[in-house]
Amino acid sequence: MNHGAVAIAGIGMTPFGRHSPDYSGRDMGVDAARAALADAGLSWQDIDYAVGGSNVSGKPDTTVSSLGLTGIPFVNVRNGCATGTVALTTAAQAIRSGEAETVLVLGFDKHPRGAFGARPADYGHGDWYGQSGLMVTTQFFAMKARRYLDAHGLPDEVLGEVAAKAFRCGAANPDAWRRTEFTPDEIMAARVINPPLTQYMLCSPAEGAAAVVLTSADRAADLTDRPVTLAAATMRTRRFGSFEVFASWLPPGADASPTVDAARATFAKAGVTPRDVDVAQLQDTDAGAEIIHMAETGLCEHGQQRELLDAGATSPEGTLPINTDGGCLANGEPVGASGLRQVHEVVRQLRGTAGTRQIAGEPRVGFTHVYGAPGIAACTIITR
Amino acid sequence: MSSPAPPIDANVIASLDPIRLAGARCAECGTTTFPAQADCPRCARRTMNRIELPAEGVLWTWTTQTFQPKAPYAAPSTGFEPFPVGYVDLGDVIVEARLEADPEALRVGTRMRLVPLTLLVDGGQPVIGYAFAPATGGSA
Ligand SMILES: [Zn+2]
Repeated sequence: MNHGAVAIAGIGMTPFGRHSPDYSGRDMGVDAARAALADAGLSWQDIDYAVGGSNVSGKPDTTVSSLGLTGIPFVNVRNGCATGTVALTTAAQAIRSGEAETVLVLGFDKHPRGAFGARPADYGHGDWYGQSGLMVTTQFFAMKARRYLDAHGLPDEVLGEVAAKAFRCGAANPDAWRRTEFTPDEIMAARVINPPLTQYMLCSPAEGAAAVVLTSADRAADLTDRPVTLAAATMRTRRFGSFEVFASWLPPGADASPTVDAARATFAKAGVTPRDVDVAQLQDTDAGAEIIHMAETGLCEHGQQRELLDAGATSPEGTLPINTDGGCLANGEPVGASGLRQVHEVVRQLRGTAGTRQIAGEPRVGFTHVYGAPGIAACTIITR
Repeated sequence: MSSPAPPIDANVIASLDPIRLAGARCAECGTTTFPAQADCPRCARRTMNRIELPAEGVLWTWTTQTFQPKAPYAAPSTGFEPFPVGYVDLGDVIVEARLEADPEALRVGTRMRLVPLTLLVDGGQPVIGYAFAPATGGSA
């Protein structure tokens, strides 16, 4: 590892899904933090900087009253579905700058049941937008998928294939929330939420926490002889012409995407290309999102998704395994923790400790991608 | 005389007879927004002039809202019925809208025309919003 490199020394998480009402998001965060510290062979007293993310479950730095009042800097992050990875990016910057050597990154959330709600004013709209019946996130996922499939000549059936793969991976993951397999036909015939999306093609808000311990490369050398490296982590916001949730209008020819920008910058910083990726975790808030993000991240060409799915390429046993732990579709989404779940899964795959869903060969390059409202994306490259 | 229901928002509806949407166009870079706004999101200047948007365009994407949205949406007194929504390409801008149409008949590229849509706000008071319906012959 070169100077300024950042190592992933430890990972920990609580299962995602539904927990007891008195198990708070913050308490899940404390448990995930302790699990990551134990995995790294470190104690909280070794941590000299922390970054935490939560969207609806309070301030992550409140966890110090349980972890220990050591006086370290603790930055709180709130960036929607990108929160966990933005926290990781912030932590890596603290190490690269020399400000910190051993950093805890934490993400948690405990969402109520049902679709994510939002208020028009929070997104710059007048009440008219909500009164008109347009303030619904799943509408956007459906319309983005409809447009993408039509523009690139993909049949609606690819949505069923993506969701079926997610539940197959979830069934093989003892920590997944959704562990029942469905066939693509069953998924296509299920209750329609917003066409072309059916109930099994949309992830549900959930509860859970995940944590990662980052260290400088020098410190990592003391802990293990084969560290996993965070080669790059980058976040981007949307540019003009990006089709995002709660947009009352778009410019003609809208085809920008924060995912394209974040992925390109991450690959460039890490000095690897999409072809080098052995395992990837992509934001799959809905089945269409995984299809779109396969191409936007550069892992395939627009329109190539059908042949990849037909060949089983994105299954754990395929040539380009995607969302090997079942992704958001099988794990649900505690928004603040989701990006760190992806990192957790990639680290397990690179260590060779992913159990029955371990991919073949010796994976060396992992990629993660999160995307969320109001048009943000964050990616990582993790190598071993 | 027709009902005196007011427009849902003066920055959204430019006129009611005939119904037209309000937008704004940047004098510097030509970017057109919906509804009208003061700042240009492309060149960041405050050079937006209020305009009326075209009343016809083509469907860009769509879906159906099958479940009742949360407040501030209010269902009609007769109860919630699923409705289609979409984006309609008006040339200089693509606007999001309710659709008054049979969803089965909708395709990307379907020609659509602006129509008034009565909506309910706080306590069931009617206001005039907007929708797009398939254009049936005739001209704008
Ligand atoms: Zn401008």
